[in-house]
Amino acid sequence: MELDPSAVQLLSEDGTFTEHPDYPLGLSDADIIGLYRRLILVRRADVEAINLQRQGYLKLWGPVFGQEAAQVGSAAALQPGDRAFPQGRQFGVGLTVGIDPAEMLSVWRGEIQGGGWSVEASGIALYTFPIGSQAPHAVGYGMALRRDQKNAAVIAYLGDGAFGTGDVHESLLWSALYKSPVVFFCENNQYALSNPVERSAPLPLYRRSEGFGLPGVQVDGNDVLGCYAVTARAARRARAGEGPTLVEALTYRIGPHTTSDDPDRYRKADEVATWRLRDPIIRMRDFVLGAGLVTRSDLDAIDQEAEVCATAVRAACVADPPPVQPEQIFDHVYGTRPQHLEAERRAWLAFNEETQATS
Amino acid sequence: MTTFVTALNAALSDSMKADPRVLLMGEDVGDLGGVFRVTDGLIAQFGEDRVLNTPISESTLVGAAVGLAMGGYRPVVEMQFDSFVYPAFAQITWHLSRFRYRSRGQQTMPVVIRVPYGGNIGAAEHHSDSPEAYFIPTPGLKVFTPSTPSQGYALLREAIEDDDPVIFFEPKHDYWVKEECELAQREPDAPGARIAGQGSDLTLVGYGPTVKLCLAVREYFAQEGVSIEVLDLFKLNPLEINMLVGSVTRTGRMVVVHEAPVFGGFGGELVARVAGDCFAALKAPPLRVGAMSTPYPAAALEHEYLPGMDRIVDAVDTSLRYGVTT
Repeated sequence: MELDPSAVQLLSEDGTFTEHPDYPLGLSDADIIGLYRRLILVRRADVEAINLQRQGYLKLWGPVFGQEAAQVGSAAALQPGDRAFPQGRQFGVGLTVGIDPAEMLSVWRGEIQGGGWSVEASGIALYTFPIGSQAPHAVGYGMALRRDQKNAAVIAYLGDGAFGTGDVHESLLWSALYKSPVVFFCENNQYALSNPVERSAPLPLYRRSEGFGLPGVQVDGNDVLGCYAVTARAARRARAGEGPTLVEALTYRIGPHTTSDDPDRYRKADEVATWRLRDPIIRMRDFVLGAGLVTRSDLDAIDQEAEVCATAVRAACVADPPPVQPEQIFDHVYGTRPQHLEAERRAWLAFNEETQATS
Repeated sequence: MTTFVTALNAALSDSMKADPRVLLMGEDVGDLGGVFRVTDGLIAQFGEDRVLNTPISESTLVGAAVGLAMGGYRPVVEMQFDSFVYPAFAQITWHLSRFRYRSRGQQTMPVVIRVPYGGNIGAAEHHSDSPEAYFIPTPGLKVFTPSTPSQGYALLREAIEDDDPVIFFEPKHDYWVKEECELAQREPDAPGARIAGQGSDLTLVGYGPTVKLCLAVREYFAQEGVSIEVLDLFKLNPLEINMLVGSVTRTGRMVVVHEAPVFGGFGGELVARVAGDCFAALKAPPLRVGAMSTPYPAAALEHEYLPGMDRIVDAVDTSLRYGVTT
């Protein structure tokens, strides 16, 4: 799939920056360098996570490779009080808002469900793995923000595959009806696991917004500046009480759906090669160097920082996992344990005690 | 005199007055007052702001309630009829019931889903189901079902104040049942079941719409000098196991009655509990009476399909005669 003629692009494939009349960038040089730095950190930590999975330290990994600009650019538009509702691949979103990457990997080590980070401190809700099912949560949370006059925005991260679900379409409708301050941010990475977007979407996804009564815009998802500017505008609109926006960031998943997948079975190598040339990092590096925002040694320093980050991620993942208290399986099911659950817990504890005493 | 509908309406109104974070959402709950009028007048009293007349999007009704709960609200969602909760099944089981657990206690889900359920009203297809067995085993979810107006009031208020999600099954056949009663809240930690009628020969267990049937059967046997205890389980999860076991241990016999099909129904869990915990006291195998294990039939057949007094009396007779040679 190629960009629609109307798509917003501030940074072209060759690293040329062009202002867009409707989507002002409004970032300082330091902010722009910060975006580049995030792209490098996410790429490097993501590669480390793939390696860690291959070496058996993670149970599974859903690589971000290729989608860094969409995640970093959109997440950089978040402000304190905003709330993001991720699906499960938003490693780059978490790193952009400053979550410790090791905390984001605890899910993939099988230690915890949802996520190991503080939702309140980070503004990032827990992962919600059933596809598209977090969209209604984003709408409802936005309704709560609006009722409380918080002037904050919500961003719901969705893949292209989520646009096959009822929940996403109901959510588009509800958000428009109740003016819920949601930015539906679709990372269209062109594959719902193996199903290409051409086989699930007859029209560009952003155009679905019209029938539900909210604006839609497509942005080059490999252009971090474009993704920032488009999300920032949608978020401003949401905070101002003007309602939701659907943003489609057209990008490409260079890697597999997860480390359990074999993408060679369903897509051609030349397609992947084409999208590798549109890499979000190459064009940003060309831009920050060409515009004189950084020197080569500045870039080396960022690469070095990314190495340090990757080393820390590795260290956290190869370390022994924190000891598990098996009886915690019975905790937090309800505020007060029902009789049947308490009986199961007691029987299980007694059984363990007995088997340990006799072994 | 108070009907079930007016009692539930009062519970909603009083809960909304007591806590500004309580919201109502559902299909036709606004100017119409809901198809059963349970929300009658509430939009006039509290405004469109707190009584949301939503599109027909059951999944998002629950999903948005999850989001509102994350934002500090206590949504009460109305499902128009029993089987219309099915599109919301994924949101209930994926998210609503799991959030406390997966967030390790950080995120509670104070959401109530009201579901008019049960048959015997001559309704069209999909309007008479008893789907409780789909929800009772769902960890993290509570399941309540009142059998009288005053109980409905107290239980609904309690459900709305609960930080855990509650699916609240309302016996729709009894919406217009009248009761002379005071509407009052329950004591905290009051049990989730009650002895609706004491007895010593057999425990007849019912919930929601079958409690009145069980009481009628109790009256019938009283004339024959048989003493039946009726246990009303108005909370199906958490279940008052101790009360069930205590009653059956005393009587030695149990018959459980529900409108849902027998096969795979909640009665099986109750029988298993009794078999495990009262084995030595049992004088007869515990029996189940319910609907046929078929889809809910056309209205013309529903009286054959649903458990009526005749089938309950027969099961009680079978239990009482067990092992007796004539």
